Amino acid sequence: MNRILRKLFSNATSLIGIILLIIFVTIAIFAPVIAPPLSEDYYQIPRMSWDINPQPPGSPMSGDIRDIYDYMGTEIKYDRAICGTAEGGYDIFYGLIWGTRTAFKIGIITVTVSMLIGIVIGSISAYFGKWVDEILMRITDIFLSFPFLVAAMVLTTVLGRGLDKVMIALIVFGWMGYARLIRGSILSTKEETYIMAAKALGVNDGKIILKHLLPNTIFLVMVQGSMNIGSMVITAAALSFLGVGAPVGYADWGQMVSFARNWIIGSPGHAGQYWYTVLYPGIFIVLFVLAWNLIGDTLRDILDPRLRGEL
Amino acid sequence: MIVNNKEPLLEVNDLKTHFFTENGIVKAVDGVGFKVYQGEVLGLVGESGCGKSVTAFSIIRLLDYPGKTVEGEILFKGENLLRKTDAEMRKIRGKDIAMIFQEPMTALNPVLTVGFQISEALLMHFKISKDEAIKKTIELLEKVGIPMPEQRINEYPHQLSGGMRQRVMIAMAMSCDPILLIADEPTTALDVTIQAQILDLMRTLLREFNGSLIMITHDLGVIAEIADRVAIMYASKIVEYANKRTIFYNPLHPYTFGLLTSIPRLDMEMKRLNVIPGIVPNPLHFPEGCKFNPRCRFMTDRCKEEEPQLIKVEEGHLVRCWNIDKVAPEVKKDLLVGE
Repeated sequence: MNRILRKLFSNATSLIGIILLIIFVTIAIFAPVIAPPLSEDYYQIPRMSWDINPQPPGSPMSGDIRDIYDYMGTEIKYDRAICGTAEGGYDIFYGLIWGTRTAFKIGIITVTVSMLIGIVIGSISAYFGKWVDEILMRITDIFLSFPFLVAAMVLTTVLGRGLDKVMIALIVFGWMGYARLIRGSILSTKEETYIMAAKALGVNDGKIILKHLLPNTIFLVMVQGSMNIGSMVITAAALSFLGVGAPVGYADWGQMVSFARNWIIGSPGHAGQYWYTVLYPGIFIVLFVLAWNLIGDTLRDILDPRLRGEL
Repeated sequence: MIVNNKEPLLEVNDLKTHFFTENGIVKAVDGVGFKVYQGEVLGLVGESGCGKSVTAFSIIRLLDYPGKTVEGEILFKGENLLRKTDAEMRKIRGKDIAMIFQEPMTALNPVLTVGFQISEALLMHFKISKDEAIKKTIELLEKVGIPMPEQRINEYPHQLSGGMRQRVMIAMAMSCDPILLIADEPTTALDVTIQAQILDLMRTLLREFNGSLIMITHDLGVIAEIADRVAIMYASKIVEYANKRTIFYNPLHPYTFGLLTSIPRLDMEMKRLNVIPGIVPNPLHFPEGCKFNPRCRFMTDRCKEEEPQLIKVEEGHLVRCWNIDKVAPEVKKDLLVGE
């Protein structure tokens, strides 16, 4: 364990990954301090104006909105769109900060749950073999035969809008890789003598899978998982961008890029006039994914069985 | 030490284990039978691929697909193990019959501590608490001669030397006081000096718990050290079965004879080391008749046509050969010098 931590911190790329991740975690934890919410629903991005056109960074909250908050008796804790507003006056800064929480939620929950499903199916399939393996792997094949993004899109559309629906769709079509991975490595590990030795001692199947096989094979899935956190966030963002993800106004980076869709090229004669609508959320997504990929890469180097000699 | 005429602890009758492969049926064990008495050591000798390990795995029923025991009886304390359910078998494994494996390097799980692996069996078979299991584990490690067992239990297999690991394996196998121990080439992967230590340890422990041992090996030196009775296997069958003295001084099967004359000896003048010509036949295409015939210097026409049965030459000495009469005088000539 110590060795893993030491390796993680001694390597430049992984250090960048860790620093980025720490920054994102800090943002997520201190979101209420950095961008104080203006309504009960924290994840609802506040609007700075009713204007359809994006407003440049630093624009103040418009009079009508201020009146509404005054009328409702809400204390206005901040009144300037630091990073500008997106289409419809949605505050970009608020969306970025609270979107970090959304990103962590999507990434960690979808990856954890699909990893669990994959591990259960993969290990049962590999350990018991024969017809169990046949049935479970054919089911996996069926799920694998759907194009991921399209399948997730269809399922989200069927289930309805909402972040939880997006996550369900991502899990339903995201566990197969883990199942395949763990199956493969258990198939080879279960031929090891120590598994035979454990069986010869009368250890039951459940314990052999949990205590003997998984600790030897799970690192592969962990590496895959940490890399997938980033790509899950990207896919969720893509779904939001296509309009089947989070509900309108929900603090989600994908949604914010989607807000920018009509403004990316700017207005006639002013190319890139609305750069802030796409640049900020874009940077956040890229850095978030980058952080996880860098960490995943390092984890793979550390946990690679060929380099694991001294463990 | 030597045979008492009680009921055997383990009796294997006409055991047939076949592997159903794509290329055809491999008869890895074909009609093997022997008896192991309480407190006795049976040596199972043969070269690689002759079916000795498969015999062992058939006894504890840990054969993987495509292997299957198709015929025979394995009577352990009078009960046929082949009729037991998987759950019943699991209770017998480790508790009544334990196994020691060949490679101590690979037979211990690299990611679990030594203490965990030993106490696991204890917790599995006895209703005891974790603390008691740890205490028993420390005692066991002490018994197999591992210094500072309190520290060792928290170490991982890679932190131990080969001999130490084999001691841990023995401790694991002995943890639940089994009455039958199957050792599958336990000393093959060790240095000669460590081999002697391990054999010593096994002998001491065996005497202590008055259990029986099936020693699987291809090393006749190990057999000379530890066995009471010996079964020589060749090509899936037992070719000679006798007590140790008979095997070493009065063998009657050409294969046993060949093995013995191919050991380098210090007490005899030898120009060249004897070898058994030829190679082990492919188990998919065993020769007709006696399976040893292509390599046998006593071969006659009959050997090519008809497979011999195990013939009782005297009480407790069985040989599978047509030409005992021709072998015996040669044996007298070649082996008696050393006696």
